[in-house]
Amino acid sequence: MHLIATGNKGVAEAVLQAQPDVVAAYPITPQTEIVEQIAAFISEKRLDCQYIPVESEHSAMAACIGASATGARTFTATSSHGLLYMHEMLHWAAGARVPVVMANVNRALGPGWNVWAEHTDAFSQRDTGWLQVFASTVQEVYDTMLMAFRIAEDEKVLLPMMVNLDGFSLSHTMQPMEKIETGTFIPPFSLPHAIDTLHPVAYGPLTGPDEYFRFRADMERSMRSSRLVIRDTEAEFARLFGRTYRETEEYQVEDADVLLVAMGTFGKEAEVAVDKLRKEGIKAGSLRVRWFRPFPRLDLAGRDIVVIDRGYSFGFGGVLSMSIRATSRAEPYSVIAGLGGQEVTYHDMADFVRDRKPGKEYWFGVKDDV
Amino acid sequence: MTEIPKEEFILKCTSACAGCSSSLSLRYVLKAAGPETVLVIPACCTSVIQGVYPRTALRVPVYNIAFAAAAACASGMSASYQKKGMKMNVIVYAGDGGTVDIGLQALSGAFERETHFLHICYDNEAYGNTGMQRSGSTPLGAITSTTPSGKIHPKKDIDQIVEAHRPPYMATACSAYPLDLFQKVKTALSIEGSKFIHLLSPCPPGWRYPTEKSIEVGKLAVKTGAWILWEREHGSLRISGPSRAAMKTPLPLEEYLKIQGRFQAITLEQVQELQHSITRTMERIRCELEKPCT
Amino acid sequence: MYEIRIHSRGGQGGVTAARLLADAAFRGGKYATASPFYGAERRGAPVVDFVRINDRPIRIYSQIEHPDLVVVLDPSIMDAVDILQGLKKGGSIVINSPKPLEIPRHPVFHVDLTGIAIAQNLVVAGSPVLDTPLLGALAKMGFVSLDAALAAIRDMFSDERNIKAAEIAFRELNL
Repeated sequence: MHLIATGNKGVAEAVLQAQPDVVAAYPITPQTEIVEQIAAFISEKRLDCQYIPVESEHSAMAACIGASATGARTFTATSSHGLLYMHEMLHWAAGARVPVVMANVNRALGPGWNVWAEHTDAFSQRDTGWLQVFASTVQEVYDTMLMAFRIAEDEKVLLPMMVNLDGFSLSHTMQPMEKIETGTFIPPFSLPHAIDTLHPVAYGPLTGPDEYFRFRADMERSMRSSRLVIRDTEAEFARLFGRTYRETEEYQVEDADVLLVAMGTFGKEAEVAVDKLRKEGIKAGSLRVRWFRPFPRLDLAGRDIVVIDRGYSFGFGGVLSMSIRATSRAEPYSVIAGLGGQEVTYHDMADFVRDRKPGKEYWFGVKDDV
Repeated sequence: MTEIPKEEFILKCTSACAGCSSSLSLRYVLKAAGPETVLVIPACCTSVIQGVYPRTALRVPVYNIAFAAAAACASGMSASYQKKGMKMNVIVYAGDGGTVDIGLQALSGAFERETHFLHICYDNEAYGNTGMQRSGSTPLGAITSTTPSGKIHPKKDIDQIVEAHRPPYMATACSAYPLDLFQKVKTALSIEGSKFIHLLSPCPPGWRYPTEKSIEVGKLAVKTGAWILWEREHGSLRISGPSRAAMKTPLPLEEYLKIQGRFQAITLEQVQELQHSITRTMERIRCELEKPCT
Repeated sequence: MYEIRIHSRGGQGGVTAARLLADAAFRGGKYATASPFYGAERRGAPVVDFVRINDRPIRIYSQIEHPDLVVVLDPSIMDAVDILQGLKKGGSIVINSPKPLEIPRHPVFHVDLTGIAIAQNLVVAGSPVLDTPLLGALAKMGFVSLDAALAAIRDMFSDERNIKAAEIAFRELNL
């Protein structure tokens, strides 16, 4: 069934089909429509689910952890400061190995108050042990949300997962979207270590260094095996529903001399910049990074790389740019652009490629050198 | 007389301090709750008392959660059991920090949502697990490691805060009166909704008294009226047995204070203020019991 | 690709109009996106919404720089905002007004959306509903078929007065 929907609606429609047992969420712009839509599904009796209208995001994640620990499928959604307020519990969820699924609508952080898109909120959760993926269209939001439950809840993974979508530019943009009949694509959830009064154990008690270390190593082992689960799930999705997703989305890459690398909606608009550059005779391509954790292994040798970063690590560099430098030995031209919802068009992106200076950093729209 | 089940849910291998009254109380809480129970523990003494991985001193599932998150975690569990149609005692066993200070927001949210669970605050009137720093629940005049010359602020009245949420059941208890506690836990767990038990837990190292005197100190708290045992079911208040005599003829407050080293620097004015506070509380209770109240 | 910019004041239905137009275009077999530009504005502040209609999937998220068409739901906005900014050479303007309006070098089409809404008693919380009749007017312009416009409206609103208003606006817009 085809419909026209916003990114937020795409999230909610996927959640409806995944049939979570418990949703705990707190409203925040621009995520609000997701929780409103889910509340509406429940009140219309289309979704049989316990909705916990918590008093904070910290409690939203704590409630999801508690519910998931008993074996419930759980979902929450947040954005920006809400995600930051959850931070402690994000670590807890991953460490407790509860596969909570979350939609995060990427938004800048205060001060000053700014409700528009930026990736710093999600990047700040880099080391929490959550799987993180970034979508670029409403269809991809919906499809990825469906896959998220299957990936996170897989016994080989059992880590929580965050699906990111750009605030307003994707959360509030309407695009055509196909709803699918998921059938058995999302299997029923069964948590191997669910609380069981017949087999009482202590979860997360005092743990000595050796055991603690082993648990952390287990998390990384699962994060690594998630690569295979992600690949298989995306392949199965393509086989069943005809849409193909990979760690990255490549566009005109094969013969490209220069690659534009970006995430989220910028990564999609970069394709239009590539078309424009190709018309001028510049052999450009684009590589949209979908997965942030686990981060893809990229082979970028022999090309110029232009990375557009929507999040910055002060005192270090553009987060995506530094990640690419670390994993592919490339020397990207690092463009910091789009913070706080700054308008960046495909014309600007084409300029970044034309004006590239490998190894240098450029803050778009800032007159003086940074 | 009420039969206390012989079955033990807390084994003889806890890492509690000698004379710890909160672990003694937990023994009775679990006897009252029985095996169909999940215990939610935020950061507090019980995080340690339960034992070190891979062992546990408790024979019910224990879910450890971050300091501020206990009541919210219990909300998620309670919702899930409701969805499954399972009857389960979800009990938060939190210290005063995890209840009156860092845990207050989650507690208030859970009670406002009428979450089906029992929150027990075992109150040793300081951050015991980190070595006795002051908490919002530390009484006026008490020495802690962050109030070396005695606390200058009065104890936060968490009962009035919780009462403002109009829970179907709330009570005070004291570890020196395990039978009273047992019955209150039983009653609380028989009622739908959010229940609260505020449990005074004398703490030998924190309150600075000999380890064998935990029961004596607890009894003095009640007999002097410094701690009044009551329960409030669907709004109506009842004074519990041990406090009835104290309400009529309380022992002098000094009896309770002088046995504890933490009050050694208390001033005469502070003792008077504590005494006034007790008198005011008793008057309020009497007034409510002798309705109509003006 | 056809690019449309809608000017309105917060609360006048610009967002809904953009969504309805994208929906109607999609029903007509086109690809479409509707992107409201959200600011910190509250009711009454000037706002813009963007609609793109194309034969192929649309990969652009940035704001429309050079619209083919500008829609003005509230003519008083023209004192505060340059509605002609970036408008393509010879690009059209549709304006909610009972009277014809002259703007040099651009064809201007007027339709009294406010009057139509009031005549239909299509008033919500004291404000006439402009988005659904606008869709009728835009159907007359040929961006979408009237059938697709009415289907999109019906999907979002159950009140048949919206359909009536759209049909009247379709008739009344003078090309």
